[in-house]
Amino acid sequence: MKRLLITLALAAVLPAAAQEPIKIGLVTALSGQSARAGEALTRGLQVAIDEINARGGVRVGNQSGRKLELVRRDDEATLFGGLDSPVALAIVPIANENKLPFMDPWAAGTPITKNGAKDNYVFRVSAVDELVDKAMLQYAQKTFNARNCGMILVNNPWGESNEKGLRAALAEKGVKSAGMEKFEPNDIDVVPQLSRLKSAGADCLFLVGNVGPSSQVVKSLDRMGWMPPIVSHWGPAGGRFTELAGPSAKNVHFVQTYSFFGKQSAVGEKVLKALMAKYPDIKGPGDVTPAVGVANAYDAMMLTALAIQNAGSTDGPKVRDGYYKIDRYDGLIKTYTKPFSPQQHDALNENDYVWAQFIDNQIVPVGVKQ
Amino acid sequence: MIGSALISGLGLGSMYGLLALGFYVTFAVSSTVNFAQGSSMMLGAVFAYTFSVRLGWPFVPAAAIALLLCALYGLAVEFLAVRPFASRGSNAWLMATVALGIIADNTVLFTFGKEPRGLALPWASTATTVLGVHVSTLQIAIPAVGLALAALLHWFSRVTRHGKAMLAVVQNADAARLMGINVPLAIMAAYAVSTIFAGAAGIMIAPLSTVHSDMGTVFGLKAFAVAILGGITSAWGVMLAGLIFGVVESLITALLGSAYTQILTFTLVIVALALMPHGLFGHAELKKV
Repeated sequence: MKRLLITLALAAVLPAAAQEPIKIGLVTALSGQSARAGEALTRGLQVAIDEINARGGVRVGNQSGRKLELVRRDDEATLFGGLDSPVALAIVPIANENKLPFMDPWAAGTPITKNGAKDNYVFRVSAVDELVDKAMLQYAQKTFNARNCGMILVNNPWGESNEKGLRAALAEKGVKSAGMEKFEPNDIDVVPQLSRLKSAGADCLFLVGNVGPSSQVVKSLDRMGWMPPIVSHWGPAGGRFTELAGPSAKNVHFVQTYSFFGKQSAVGEKVLKALMAKYPDIKGPGDVTPAVGVANAYDAMMLTALAIQNAGSTDGPKVRDGYYKIDRYDGLIKTYTKPFSPQQHDALNENDYVWAQFIDNQIVPVGVKQ
Repeated sequence: MIGSALISGLGLGSMYGLLALGFYVTFAVSSTVNFAQGSSMMLGAVFAYTFSVRLGWPFVPAAAIALLLCALYGLAVEFLAVRPFASRGSNAWLMATVALGIIADNTVLFTFGKEPRGLALPWASTATTVLGVHVSTLQIAIPAVGLALAALLHWFSRVTRHGKAMLAVVQNADAARLMGINVPLAIMAAYAVSTIFAGAAGIMIAPLSTVHSDMGTVFGLKAFAVAILGGITSAWGVMLAGLIFGVVESLITALLGSAYTQILTFTLVIVALALMPHGLFGHAELKKV
């Protein structure tokens, strides 16, 4: 999934003449491996923009009702952006230097928003690694009554960042672990690592890896005939996990920020209806994939519109302060109450995550389908 | 724990061995190798996936055609990346074979796609318990097929007329030529066999792993280490070195943890080669003048 991590630059540009649309810049993959994720972000944003424009646009200062316009491209040097956490991290200093608000609806790397800049223009409506790690521990304890989890992490910077997060989460709760093992993204057999965790008495596994490596872990467990509960970061959601990992894929419970399955709030119903009306290929909740991309982008756009309205301007520093002034927003993922402050640039926290599994090639909340 | 690690190690080791045998075959006949054996392995898996999953063919004919295409790729490697250089006494085939491998990897990336795909074999996932260790059918089949292919190579080179002709080329290419043996044909055959071995390894690894364009890169490098470790001049030595490498790698991970696997495995390779410069089972080549 890390490769799917997409960043979105929300650039409120041009202190333009009245009624000229406010341009929202999107920098994402529109082709290649991550095209689907890029499409999900675009759709989430577009549905939010349509909704805002339909009710007359955003009131900016004394100009009433300026429309929003989405400008997206993935090949121009003048736009920021790219894929996954490292790319988002590369945009961070540029956004901060240019005092350009940068909203991240996907990449989960902790330092994207906690970037240490005195003047921080980076906001996020998505999962955050260190909070996902806390949530993974919480979920393992609550759902599986796990006391001795083993960590099986892909050997790359993403795995490393989550190793730190998981160790911190374990230390905070004073819980011991059955150990930590790394595996290479191209490893064919993870049995030796898993045997080690098994003999250390692991009663559950924390898994961090993209969809391919995650499936290697599941297949290796199958070969060992060992199937402990597996609590995972959102890596498996990034591809054909059922095809790659086989029937045991459903045993992996992974984090998501939203699912369109199950009972929806009024906002959920409205957004799903708008998506189905606008995109003919969406016939039901199963077609909104990846759902996190659509949902994060939708809420991020709505919050940004509120920020611009609060700013009364499209000027970068004013919009940044506009985010801080958001009081309450009844969103898709949750009701946001004072989501941002100078100390808090992440709108979602560990209590906002939902847990999902793959059933028949679809990502559904755990327990909704068998 | 040790039981599972041993089975893992033997399975992977026999695949390293199979790829390394590919290095041995061409080196023996022509003193050249296809450095991008990992790409040949990947092609085997990608072809098998394409025929059996995308086109829906039964597995056996799909695998057979995949191996045939691998053989053709081997001929192309020899013709495009080895012969033009080796025939003029240049060592540029070293780079040319690597380059051709990169071209193959990227061509697959564009045509097959970036997304890893799964090749599932229903019979492969059935499992039994041997001495308290859970073993899948595929884990038994992999070393069995690996060793069978090595035995077949042995039989071919010692018993058949063509095999003996190849051995003659190994011993003295000029004399073989004078005896009417078609040396270029023997070298082409060696390259075809070499990529067939790599392709077979790819097809067997695919159900354990995922099929994607860079699945062979690291594996191919390890196989080259195995070929050198075994002493590239001995077929059984190369196969045995593959098994040893696989088992040592798995045992280090299982006993000491994955943090040490790469460091210790490759340190052991260097130490072994420092002590035995011609490999564990190789011998110094005598050049009579």
